[in-house]
Amino acid sequence: MTRRSLRGSFLHAVVVLGGLATLAPLFWMAGASFMQTGEANSYPPRFLPSEPTFEHYVHLFTRLDLARHFLNSAVVTVSVTVVSILVNAMAGYAFGKLRFRGRDRLFRVLLAGMMIPAQAGMLPLFLLLKQMGLVNTYLGVMIPSFASIFGIFLVRQYVLGVPDDLLDAARIDGAGEVRIFRTIVLPLILPILVTLGAFTFISAWNDFMWPLVVLSDGAKYTLPVALASLAGEHVQDTELMMAGSLLTILPVLVVFLLFQKVYFRGMMAGSIKG
Amino acid sequence: MSGVLERRQARAAWFFLAPALALIGFFFFLPILAGFVLSLTDFDIYAIGSPEIARFVGARNYAQVLHEREFWNALQNTIYFVVVGGPLSVLASLGAALLLSARLVRLKGLFRTAYFAPVVTTLVAVAIVWRYLYHPRYGFLNYALGALGVGPVDWLGDPRWAMPAIILLAVWKNFGYNMLILTAGLQSIPEELYEAAEVDGAGAWRRFRSITLPGLAPTFLFVGVITMIGYFQLFAEPYVMTQGGPLRSTTSVMLLMYEEGFRWWRMGKASAIAFLLFAIVLAGTLVQLRMRREAR
Repeated sequence: MTRRSLRGSFLHAVVVLGGLATLAPLFWMAGASFMQTGEANSYPPRFLPSEPTFEHYVHLFTRLDLARHFLNSAVVTVSVTVVSILVNAMAGYAFGKLRFRGRDRLFRVLLAGMMIPAQAGMLPLFLLLKQMGLVNTYLGVMIPSFASIFGIFLVRQYVLGVPDDLLDAARIDGAGEVRIFRTIVLPLILPILVTLGAFTFISAWNDFMWPLVVLSDGAKYTLPVALASLAGEHVQDTELMMAGSLLTILPVLVVFLLFQKVYFRGMMAGSIKG
Repeated sequence: MSGVLERRQARAAWFFLAPALALIGFFFFLPILAGFVLSLTDFDIYAIGSPEIARFVGARNYAQVLHEREFWNALQNTIYFVVVGGPLSVLASLGAALLLSARLVRLKGLFRTAYFAPVVTTLVAVAIVWRYLYHPRYGFLNYALGALGVGPVDWLGDPRWAMPAIILLAVWKNFGYNMLILTAGLQSIPEELYEAAEVDGAGAWRRFRSITLPGLAPTFLFVGVITMIGYFQLFAEPYVMTQGGPLRSTTSVMLLMYEEGFRWWRMGKASAIAFLLFAIVLAGTLVQLRMRREAR
C-alpha cells in the first residue's frame, strides 16, 4: 500500500509540474500585461506585477484602436460560425438520411478532399476573389469558410443515429422535406451543431494566413493580423504586446472553457473514422 | 418506396446539398485545379491587372524553383521541422496521455483542460509571447536554463537555435491535441489484457511494449498523418517570430510561397512551390500508410 501511495504521489507531482509548465507562458503573459512599462524586462523574470496597472489596455483601446480589430474579428467569426453551421447541417443531413444517386461516391470525393491542404489553392483563390471584387472585404475573408468538409462529416456521422421511422412517419403525415429538417432533424442534432459551432468559432477567430492575404487595408485587419503587425512596430513594448496577446486569446479560451465537453466529444467523433 | 417519393427525396437532397457543394466546389476544389494550371504559366504582377498577358510556359516554373537554393533551403528547414518536431510532439502527447490515463491520477479533467489549453490559443498571440520568453537576457527560458547551469542561448538570433526554438513552441502548442486522440486510443485497449499480463508476471515496461504500443498502432497512424500534414504547412510561427531568419534558417516552404506569391506577386512560380509541397505531403502520407500496412 505504501509503495502504491508513493507511486501515486510521484505521478501527481509530475502531472502538476507538467500542468504548471504548460500554463506558465500564459500566466506570464497575463502577469506581464499588468506590469509597469519596462518591468517585464527585468532580471530575474517576474510573474506578478509589483504595482498592477491597466495603462497598456487603455493604450490599446485609445491610441491603437484595438476595439476596431476586436469588432472586425467578432463580426467575421460570428458570421462564419452561424452560416457554416446551417450550410454544413443541411449537407450533412442530406448525406446521412436522404437517398439519391451517387451519394456515396460524392461523399468519398469530399472525404478525399480533406487530405488536400487548402493552401495548395490559395493563390488562385485570391485571384478568383479579386475578379469577384471581394479582395480586401470581410466577405472575402469569410466565404471560403462558409462550408467545410469536416463539418459536413461531423454532422453526417451524428445524423445517422436519427431513427428513420421518425422521418418516414412525418412524410406519411404529409410534411415537406424542409419542414422535416427544420422541426424534427435540427432539434435532434442540436448537440453536434453546438460542437461544430465551438470548433468553427475557435478556428475562425484564430485564422491568420488567409485574412493576412485578403485584407490590405489596416483598418479592416482581424485581431490576429492586427496583432502581428503591431508586434513589428512595438517590439520593445513587452507589456503592451502581452496585453494585446491576452485580449486576442481571451475569447477563444472562454469559448473553449464553456464548451470543452462538447469540444472534446467532437474531436473524438472527428478522429475515429477521420 | 415508390418512384414519386424517391424523386421527391432526391430533389430535396440536392436542395440541401446545393449551398455546401457550390461553396466547396467553387472555393476549394476549383482553386486547387486552377493552382496547377497557374503553376504552368508566367503569371506575375503585370498579369494581375490584365490576366490575358499570362503565357503558358510548361514546366519552367518547376525547373526554376528546383534550381534555386532558396527552395531547397526552405524545404530543408521544413523537413527539419517535420522530422524533429513531429515525433517530439507525438512523444510529448503520448507521455501526457499515459500520465492522464494512469489509474492513480485524480482530477484528470482539470489537468486535461490545462494540457489542452494551448491548442485553442491563437497562434499569432502565443508566438509573440514566446518571442519574449526566448529573449536572450530577460527571457524566462534562459533564466530557467541558467538555474541548471546552462549558459544563455540566443534562441531566435542564432541560426542554429532558431528552428529548435520554433519546434519547442510548436510542441507546447500542439501536444494537447494528439494527447486527446491517444487517450481515446488507450481507452479502446481492453483492460483484461493488462490484467492477464499482470497475472503472468509481466512488468510495467513489458506491458507497455507488448500491449500498449501495438494497441495504439492505428491511432499512431492517424496521429502521424495529421501531424505531418499540419507541420508541413509551417507558416505563422516563423512569420511572427523570425520573419524567416536569421540567415533564412527558419524560412519554411509555406513562407517562401507567401513571399513569392503575395509579396513579389510571382503567382505562377508560387503556385509551383505550393504544388511541390503538396506532392511531398502526399508522398509522405502514402509512405506512412504503406509502412503501417507492411508492419501489420
